[in-house]
Amino acid sequence: MTIWPDLACCKMPEPIIRFNDVTKIYPGSPPVLDHLSFTVERGEFLTVIGRSGCGKTTMLKMINGLLLPDSGTVEVEGVNVSGTDLIALRRSIGYVIQNVGLFYHMTVGKNIAYVPSLSRAWDKPTRTRRVAELLDIVGLPRNFADRYPSELSGGQRQRVGIARALALEPAIMLMDEPFGAVDEITRRSLQDELCRLQQTLKVTIIFITHDIREALKLGHRVMVMDAGQVVQLDTPDRICSDPKDHFVRLLLGLD
Amino acid sequence: MLRAIFALYRNRSDWFLELFVAHMRLCGISILIAGIIGLVLGILIAEHRRFAPAVIGVCNVVYTIPSISLLGLLIPLLGVGNKPAITALCIYGVMPMVRNTYTGVSTVEPDLIEAALGMGSTDWQVLWRVKLPMAMSVILAGLRSMVVMIIATGGIAAYIGASGLGVAIFRGITMYNTAMTCAGSILIAALALIADLILSRIEKHLKKTRRMK
Ligand SMILES: Nc1ncnc2c1ncn2[C@@H]1O[C@H](COP(=O)(O)OP(=O)(O)O)[C@@H](O)[C@H]1O
Ligand SMILES: [Mg+2]
Repeated sequence: MTIWPDLACCKMPEPIIRFNDVTKIYPGSPPVLDHLSFTVERGEFLTVIGRSGCGKTTMLKMINGLLLPDSGTVEVEGVNVSGTDLIALRRSIGYVIQNVGLFYHMTVGKNIAYVPSLSRAWDKPTRTRRVAELLDIVGLPRNFADRYPSELSGGQRQRVGIARALALEPAIMLMDEPFGAVDEITRRSLQDELCRLQQTLKVTIIFITHDIREALKLGHRVMVMDAGQVVQLDTPDRICSDPKDHFVRLLLGLD
Repeated sequence: MLRAIFALYRNRSDWFLELFVAHMRLCGISILIAGIIGLVLGILIAEHRRFAPAVIGVCNVVYTIPSISLLGLLIPLLGVGNKPAITALCIYGVMPMVRNTYTGVSTVEPDLIEAALGMGSTDWQVLWRVKLPMAMSVILAGLRSMVVMIIATGGIAAYIGASGLGVAIFRGITMYNTAMTCAGSILIAALALIADLILSRIEKHLKKTRRMK
């Protein structure tokens, strides 16, 4: 028995992602990430915004170990990414990229079941059932499972991309400008859907965007990046009411 | 002339059938070996790009050696008969396979490879599930040109004592029997056309079922 039996339940929950003083340098140019430190809480929806080339994608790829830091550490669920089984880590994290990256030689159903298929996690009946459920979750008709990506609209493909990332019920989902290529109306409905989905599934989302309205609308917190550093990391309200500097004001269209 | 050719087919049908089967065997074995070597080599240099220029360069140079002289060059090494013929056909056949496999595998969109890796695929899984299926139509095109080329070049192999329809061609030449030369050539052309047709059907079918470009 410890003297403080309740301590465990009183302490702050451990952040699900932690960047500790992370630096990434490609030879011959200034650091892409420059002593970057921040944490993401479990169940949080974090949006990331900044000029193109400021290091957002680089930061994101460090969470699933597609890139490793030159110095500093990235921790996911308290474990240093640099020393862990990257294949297992990646399978446990949802990943949605800029141009969706659906495999055009596979049906929608096969695409959605891609990650489970890598570890043979689903048998055939499970696959049929889970694919149907996931199509429900992202608001697509179940008979889309047998279609090919080329037979879908841009917005529908985005939904398949999200369903694919959600297949193994990941605790974390990484999204790199996922709605960049769809029209305004489709984008708005995708945003609403993603919000709803995040609330029901309680998945932690890191969402990169170059659209400040999208960042403010979706994020519990918004991280503004510039030149590989965090300029401001705060709730949308506080970002708007108290922009930290000229760059944030510029982003908001205030200056 | 045509009548003479048909008369030959009729009177010596067993012989022509025998040559036809021998030709298919000679070419079939060569296609199999060249196909496997070319595929493996193409994948290897697509995965390890720094070796690509050297390997493709060597293939290109070998490809420019006239077939008759390549056959001649192999005689001191392997003697005469089917063995040097198959070797020569393989050396030719590897080139289109390597080139197309390399092109197909190395031009898969980097985005898709990144997505596959980011979702936790091993390198093998990326190769088998993403790169190769996406490179399939380019690889098939390479296979097609290889098959047609081997069937046609296979006719010359009789020059160093290999079996096959080339035997009819060379016998026709030495006996001033043009009809016999034509009869052999026509069968080779027919075989090449049929093989090409079958492969193009397979290619179309793949594209259709996979709704690919
Ligand atoms: N492999 C690489 N080699 C050299 N520079 C790179 C490489 N990858 C990315 N960069 C550079 O890193 C910077 C940040 O890129 P990125 O993280 O993709 O920015 P963002 O996603 O914010 O637009 C860019 O200036 C880019 O040119
Ligand atoms: Mg980017």
